[in-house]
Amino acid sequence: MDNSNLIKMANNIGSFFKSEPDRELAVQGVEQHIRNFWEPRMRRQIIEYTQAGGNELMDIVAEAVSHIAARQ
Amino acid sequence: MSAKIEIDYGTPASKLQDKVTLEIDGREITVNAGTSVMRAAAEAGISIPKLCATDSLEPFGSCRLCLVQIEGARGYPASCTTPVGAGMKVVTQNNKLADIRRGIAELYISDHPLDCLTCAANGDCELQDAVGAVGLREVRYGFGGDNHLGAEKDTSNPYFSFDPSKCIVCSRCVRACEEVQGTFALTIDGRGFESHVSPGQNQPFMESECVSCGACVQACPTATLMEKSVIEHGQPEHSAITTCAYCGVGCSFRADMKGEQLVRMVPDKNGGANHGHSCVKGRFAFGYATHKDRITTPMVRDKITDPWRVVSWEEAIATAASRLKKIQADYGRHAIGGITSSRCTNEETYLVQKLVRAGFGNNNVDTCARVCHSPTGYGLKTTFGESSGTQNFDSVAKADVILVIGANPTDGHPVFGSMMKRRLREGAKLIVVDPRSIDLVRNSPHIKADYHLKLRPGSNVAIVTALAHVIVTEDLLDEQFVTERCDIESYQKWKAFVALPKNSPEAVADITGVDAVSIRGAARLYASAPNAAIYYGLGVTEHSQGSTTVIGIANLAMATGNIGREGVGVNPLRGQNNVQGSCDMGSFPHEFVGYRHVSDAKTRELFESAWGVALESEPGLRIPNMFAAAIEGSYRGIYVHGEDIAQSDPDIQHVHHALRSMDCVIVQDLFLNETAKFAHVFLPGSSFLEKNGTFTNAERRISPVRKVMTPLAGKEDWQVTQDLANAMGYPMHYSHPSEIMAEIARLTPQFAGVSYEKIDAMGSIQWPCNEQHPNGTPTMHADSFVRGKGRFMLTEYVPTEERTSSKYPLILTTGRILSQYNVGAQTRRTENVAWHGEDRLEIHPHDAEVLGIADGDWVGVKSRTGETVMHALVTDRMQPGVVYTTFHFPHSGANVITTDNSDWATNCPEYKVTAVHVAKVAQPSEWQQQYRSFSEQQQSLLEERLAVGEKA
Repeated sequence: MDNSNLIKMANNIGSFFKSEPDRELAVQGVEQHIRNFWEPRMRRQIIEYTQAGGNELMDIVAEAVSHIAARQ
Repeated sequence: MSAKIEIDYGTPASKLQDKVTLEIDGREITVNAGTSVMRAAAEAGISIPKLCATDSLEPFGSCRLCLVQIEGARGYPASCTTPVGAGMKVVTQNNKLADIRRGIAELYISDHPLDCLTCAANGDCELQDAVGAVGLREVRYGFGGDNHLGAEKDTSNPYFSFDPSKCIVCSRCVRACEEVQGTFALTIDGRGFESHVSPGQNQPFMESECVSCGACVQACPTATLMEKSVIEHGQPEHSAITTCAYCGVGCSFRADMKGEQLVRMVPDKNGGANHGHSCVKGRFAFGYATHKDRITTPMVRDKITDPWRVVSWEEAIATAASRLKKIQADYGRHAIGGITSSRCTNEETYLVQKLVRAGFGNNNVDTCARVCHSPTGYGLKTTFGESSGTQNFDSVAKADVILVIGANPTDGHPVFGSMMKRRLREGAKLIVVDPRSIDLVRNSPHIKADYHLKLRPGSNVAIVTALAHVIVTEDLLDEQFVTERCDIESYQKWKAFVALPKNSPEAVADITGVDAVSIRGAARLYASAPNAAIYYGLGVTEHSQGSTTVIGIANLAMATGNIGREGVGVNPLRGQNNVQGSCDMGSFPHEFVGYRHVSDAKTRELFESAWGVALESEPGLRIPNMFAAAIEGSYRGIYVHGEDIAQSDPDIQHVHHALRSMDCVIVQDLFLNETAKFAHVFLPGSSFLEKNGTFTNAERRISPVRKVMTPLAGKEDWQVTQDLANAMGYPMHYSHPSEIMAEIARLTPQFAGVSYEKIDAMGSIQWPCNEQHPNGTPTMHADSFVRGKGRFMLTEYVPTEERTSSKYPLILTTGRILSQYNVGAQTRRTENVAWHGEDRLEIHPHDAEVLGIADGDWVGVKSRTGETVMHALVTDRMQPGVVYTTFHFPHSGANVITTDNSDWATNCPEYKVTAVHVAKVAQPSEWQQQYRSFSEQQQSLLEERLAVGEKA
């Protein structure tokens, strides 16, 4: 799938959770949302994107993706 | 099936609970206080002749045929307008009453054509019945004097005729239009002998304000207002109660039949959702079911440029299965999937998702709710714990303040719209939040919106949070409710968030375009009402922040204690007939039936045990993900069940690209719809008249769908899915949809008490229906939220990425209209095109003037995604800067323009905000010309289809 589309989707999720004042909860929110609703090949691709040095994700999203990668 | 016998009690049932005992014709009778004498008699089986009375309307007392004698009372009062009194002694029949009634009937008949034997109402005429009942044997006055027998017939309406020569001026039609429909299109014009029913200003029906709901036809006691289908086919001889297949109101109808010919659809007065009312679609627009365009034979082809080949069911199913299996063998288990339909029954939807999960072995199943109310599912599940509205429709009758956000009930959900209008005429206050001046704001007699927050498209979250800001900062909260019922930590966090100055009405005025005073007034009105109810539609959900707005709405209801009783609540107005049901049935890729996530091991074990296969624990692809994966090459086969993604989904050039990229597209539908033009296997579908099952409407009401005719293609839809499952190697052996519902009930807590027997006995059931709620649940979250404590969530306004610019200066928002339905596949094949024969671009006069556009001009509408051309409709219903169109006609290409922006949580498309450039043009767009050519090619390939066994 197109990376730019996945990045946009992931950042949109981040935009909702970023208003959470507790950063840890915000990251958890993004992580849980991606786990709950993204099909595995989409998750794999966004992980590959970050691991290849992609830097277009919001901070909390990048952190959430790294958590997902660590628990794959 | 039963004969079409309905008792008419003459006047509506009393809502009072106190009992009154009286005597009628020597019999002691006890009824509710406030009941009319006429109804009390009817409830006891005593029939009093009547003409102007019917139990769907308030009593009127004009025909005087129903007069009775009451001991101690002067004269002969009309039984319809006389309420019962304790100890009252009533006589309904004696010589004097008979004489008076005969005299009245004689006067009526003296100005009525005596053509009973050839009259369309013969056998179903209340005048005939009444005259028979009073024993009229001669008319002394003859037809020599003035009369109305030569009055001209109005046949302008495509569905019913108006023959004033048969009118007895009982006013039932006028009252039905006022009381039931709330349109006030009819009146009695003139006085005395000149009195006559007048549509509009003595106009033909089609030129009046009439919306063709059929309430007047239903109310007419003679052949004056008569369905043309009855005039053509004659009186029906049997009937069955079934459920409308149009919008999410889910009206109950009596299908009046003659053999296998559907003569008419009559709204069922016992219908829990509609109480005997209807709209132009459900009442009249059923002709599509037997339209010549129906495809009734399975077809296959190798490439979409090949002619179709008509094949047997066996060959079609075998072809579909072998192609899907080959794709899985070549590209893996996850390379195929399916889409369930919100137009099909619960049972059919359940089977399709079961086929995908158990037969295909993956969770790549989604439903058209993805593009409409998926944010409702997410938002209400997250806050309340259940993906559904909280009330029944009747609840609106107890609302003191009604807040309508992003919904147009009089067009999208017309029968409920009439219920709402009735409550508003009774005095409930109205707040409308909508970019357009919808009919509730400017075209509903005797209704005035107290506030119309005419916001800019895309600013819902800002408005809803600003309303919350006022409620919090002005201390309009229901702290007791929140303390008892909600999660306090989330509440405190939310309270602090919405109170921030950036969320004040003043701060967001530039974003919303709405003055702060109005937002403050609306918030105070909503929060201070004894009962305040929110109704919303796709104007809330189809945004990049659709789920956030749903959450914001839930926050408002919790903060003000407007949850858990009648008259309040959060009410999503669902688009299609079975959107609620298709979601309930596990159509989303991440959850099983009953909204249980696929990762939940206990739930998965339950289904694995019942279905006999291992199931996946990971979510599957959503519809837009399927398209992306198809273009990328990892998703190559799809089973599309009763859904037209090639027309209804956004950025359709992208959708068409995805469909062209797949190796096997299987479409099951009534017609060769737009998606079927890209298909390799076509499996003919069955209409709602050709199958048994259930639909679940927006109020969680599970209603029966009953087979009244043989499926034109020989199979009901669920049988086709079952055949495909068996061919795929996953056995299914249901013999009737009731067995499917029994399986659903076994596996789903919310449906545990549902069965066909109970639906037959009760007429319909609102889930949850289980041990705790054996007769269903009209009002949810009564004592506690389904999730335990109600959860507040923060609703930060995030502007859509779709922005206006000098190149694209206007915002396009899309929607629907009363006479057409969704992609129009059904309604375009009915006489409803008389009202709306094309999609038009609505534009404000100021914008039109600046752009040099006149009403009716061809205009090009261009976005960053695509361009199309349609006729302009200049109207001040729009606000400057915003244009609007519908998407009912494929060649209009409304979704050529819409973008791939979507809701952050659910990927529901942002249909409501597209930046566009509009200009006067002379010819169709390049896309339209290409698509017309493609459609003509596909039509030729259909017409040239090869018969069974014939080779190309």
